[in-house]
Amino acid sequence: MHELSLAMSILDIAGEESDRRGGAEIKSIYLKLGPLSGVIKQALISAFDLAREMSPFSKVELVVEEVPLRVRCHVCDTERELPCFQDLCCPECGTPCGDVVCGRELEIVAMEIES
Amino acid sequence: MSLPTTTRMVEVRTQVLKANDNDARLLRQRFHNNGVFVVSLVSSPGTGKTLFLERTLTMLRERYRCAALVGDLATENDARRLERAGVPIRQIITGSVCHLEAKMVSDALVGWNLDELDFLFIENVGNLVCPATYDLGEEMRLVLFSVTEGEDKPRKYPTIFNTADVAIITKIELATVTEFDREAAYASVQAVRPGMRILELSAKTGLGMNQWLEFLELRSAERSERLVVV
Repeated sequence: MHELSLAMSILDIAGEESDRRGGAEIKSIYLKLGPLSGVIKQALISAFDLAREMSPFSKVELVVEEVPLRVRCHVCDTERELPCFQDLCCPECGTPCGDVVCGRELEIVAMEIES
Repeated sequence: MSLPTTTRMVEVRTQVLKANDNDARLLRQRFHNNGVFVVSLVSSPGTGKTLFLERTLTMLRERYRCAALVGDLATENDARRLERAGVPIRQIITGSVCHLEAKMVSDALVGWNLDELDFLFIENVGNLVCPATYDLGEEMRLVLFSVTEGEDKPRKYPTIFNTADVAIITKIELATVTEFDREAAYASVQAVRPGMRILELSAKTGLGMNQWLEFLELRSAERSERLVVV
């Protein structure tokens, strides 16, 4: 259950952003989450609901965008989106693809602020 | 009358784990500068990490200077067991935290002169979920699973297998009695981490331990060469 500590990190980063903008109110936080991040979306949202109560941002919303898993197939010389992260094989030619292009994201991309 | 407020979107682009990533980067740099090769171990509880580490340290200490950090939710039992290997051991009690973070590693290293070490091992908390997310600054991450746990373990925990460098199948002395399906286990590893190196061993009987140590020494030598070239 590491989602709670991640939720607290997200709120810390929001706090830094607010401070940098002279105490601006943060309305929402937009997060990109990949299937290989090791984080379950629902668990993170639940943890976030709990963590924000203990922070200065009790009304801030967390908006999670789940991004797909993409690998590079060196045989097809193309990037492929994979439907499942338990089988890292090219869906076209079947070659195992260890070259993950995206899918590990655990990144805050934007915030909605009020000023 | 209050001033009118406006809402706008601002781009942030920040890794949620930036604090840990930064601590891990500093640790990695320090390990490189001191010439210590750092190996971390992750597995479920009960895979045999501690016995594997005890055997590894006992064999390795004849030729190298080694030490280990051991993460656990509670108790210092593992550290006490590992002390039998006769190398410096420190326990990191994580309390309710289900994984190690880079900061815990750097805090635990206070007072140790890393220049005096060739190998440092970091045994993570027994957990195949949470440790996947945290970089500890290690050079090599081992994920262990035993023949008694089921061949599909990698597919059940793809993220941890995907972040690890080497898979170690433990308790291989029980392979026959448990009807361990080697082919299925290898396929499961390759499905989640294509090209991953797999080693099989028994820390109890010693089977495969020499091959593991040869592999470790080779990787360490390759790393030293790479750093010299750089």
